[in-house]
Amino acid sequence: MSIIKATDITKTYNATAVPVHALNGINLEIEKGEFTAIVGPSGCGKTTLLNILGGLDHPTTGEVTLAGTNITTMQDGKLIDFRLKNIGFVFQAYNLIPVLTTQENVEFIMLLQKRPKQERDARALELLTQMGIADKAGQRPSQLSGGQQQRVAVARALASKPQFILADEPTANLDSHSTSSLLDIMAKMNKEEGATFVFSTHDQRVIDKARRMITLEDGQIISDEKR
Amino acid sequence: MYFTLAWRNIWRNKRRSYITIASITFAVMLACAMRSVQLGSYERMIETAARFFTGYIQIHKNGYWEDKTIDNSFSYTEDLIEKVASVEGVIEVVPRIESFALASFEQKTKGTMVLGIDPEKEHKLTEVKDKLVEGEYLKSDDQSIMIAKGLADYLRVGIGDSVVLIGQGYHGTNAVGIYPVSGIMKFPVPEQNNSTIYLPLKEAQWLYATGDQLSSLSLVIDKANHVDRIVADIGKDVDLEAYEVMGWKDLMPELVQGIEIDNISSKVMIWILYIVIGFGMFGTFLMMTAERMYEFGVLLSIGMKRIKMQFVIFLEMALMASIGVVAGVMISLPFILYYHFHPIYFGGEMQAAIEDFGVEAAYYFSVQPSLFYNQAWAIFLMAGILSLYPLIVIHKLKPVKAMREN
Ligand SMILES: Nc1ncnc2c1ncn2[C@@H]1O[C@H](COP(=O)(O)OP(=O)(O)OP(=O)(O)O)[C@@H](O)[C@H]1O
Ligand SMILES: [Mg+2]
Repeated sequence: MSIIKATDITKTYNATAVPVHALNGINLEIEKGEFTAIVGPSGCGKTTLLNILGGLDHPTTGEVTLAGTNITTMQDGKLIDFRLKNIGFVFQAYNLIPVLTTQENVEFIMLLQKRPKQERDARALELLTQMGIADKAGQRPSQLSGGQQQRVAVARALASKPQFILADEPTANLDSHSTSSLLDIMAKMNKEEGATFVFSTHDQRVIDKARRMITLEDGQIISDEKR
Repeated sequence: MYFTLAWRNIWRNKRRSYITIASITFAVMLACAMRSVQLGSYERMIETAARFFTGYIQIHKNGYWEDKTIDNSFSYTEDLIEKVASVEGVIEVVPRIESFALASFEQKTKGTMVLGIDPEKEHKLTEVKDKLVEGEYLKSDDQSIMIAKGLADYLRVGIGDSVVLIGQGYHGTNAVGIYPVSGIMKFPVPEQNNSTIYLPLKEAQWLYATGDQLSSLSLVIDKANHVDRIVADIGKDVDLEAYEVMGWKDLMPELVQGIEIDNISSKVMIWILYIVIGFGMFGTFLMMTAERMYEFGVLLSIGMKRIKMQFVIFLEMALMASIGVVAGVMISLPFILYYHFHPIYFGGEMQAAIEDFGVEAAYYFSVQPSLFYNQAWAIFLMAGILSLYPLIVIHKLKPVKAMREN
């Protein structure tokens, strides 16, 4: 069974005089363990799609089923809880809580899940080591480079072993070196932990590392290729 | 953890938080000091009036208070005294005769208030011995008077001079006497200082031809705030048809009312102060919320419940308010304590000018605990109301929108 299933998703923004049809009938299934890039020109609807898949926004029509649960009609409080338990998020930038240290940021979700301290510490340290930033455990986000911050964000997303991780342009603010090392780490976590990643990007180097590429244009899927 | 988060969030913008906390501290300090002086002046007024003049409780013949004449007096009976004295909290029962007389010396005459007292018991009630500035304190079988300083100055009498008292005695008899001045007393309350004459009780009973009658029994009690209970207890034992038992609030209704009115205006002042400070606090809370919209969006996305976010924000505001309140109280407390034990007295022209208004020229500081925790309540109430704003913002927050707005 697919872990993400989107059926006939449309999204129309009515904020302006002319309604914007950001998504026009998206049908999509993603399996556990996939490493998928969503690509397409600016304004094609990547962010909108990821937000809807992550339950951060509601589709105008259509349904999203995550790990067998239809989240489209879920009420706000349940949805927040569902996200906490099932989805890891990495955003373009400023993902981290500025007043918490690297380690505390990674532990944060486990803390919200009320995991015991020992488990939190062990898991955070394990992830930070895998990310190559264990030496930064006690530092605040403002003392880290953009690339290091994104690695902490990935570590946080992975910390509670969610069903899948959604990342909207995680490398957009990074230089090419940081971009490739972040992608390497995501690929490694995909292999080692079996973590399912869905990320959007316009960056060709990122696209090259993806094992499945879904291309959007004007709110529609125009190609879907596995490699 | 939430506490750590809140604590660190406060210090994200150190300068802003310092200013906010300092403004709360300042407001609390000012409010504590203002209230302390205010309540201190009330306590002093009540004390000078009740403690040093009427006593906290008085017993009269029923109807005396409505019509304060020498005719409305009652017999001194051991039975009555015993009943009253046996009530818990009553330390001393002080008999008095009170009436008016014209006092004359050479060319000067003035209306005066004559108090026939048991000198030793009276001292226990009003510490009047300490008011003596010249001459000697009365003994119970003296045939002389003590006179208040203001009155003595007006009449131009000194120790040894003889003053003529003319008044009306029991059932219309003439009350005329001539008494040497044996002592001069100085009272802080001008009204009292300008009109009081003390006479031994027996001599006063003779002057006013009352026999063994008294106008009042004033009570020395253990604690000022036991008044109501003691009044009620006495009411159970004595015949309320024959006697009236009154607490200081009934004895001095104008004073009580005056204090209440003054107290309201003082509270309004404090609230204006707090509202001004409140705007400052609100500004801070507003910024603390506005600049973190993106962060709130992230937190909501990754699955932090709204109520937990609200709790952290609330904690931040409560912490800032608490620090301000604690600092304000801690800073003002030593000063207030110091001045409580060392009241500020005005001298010279200032004293004369203030005393012209009929009040004592001094600042007394109260240390009632309520004056401190009322400031705490006021600040917490305000912080509570103001923190509704961020709580509502978080309640309505949509993750996508919050993260877009940054
Ligand atoms: N809140 C909104 N209100 C109105 N229109 C919106 C809103 N969010 C997105 N849109 C519109 O929807 C379309 C899709 O936007 P979206 O952000 O999903 O594109 P994107 O593929 O992520 O672009 P980019 O690569 O630039 O991030 C755009 O035309 C955008 O202007
Ligand atoms: Mg986008």
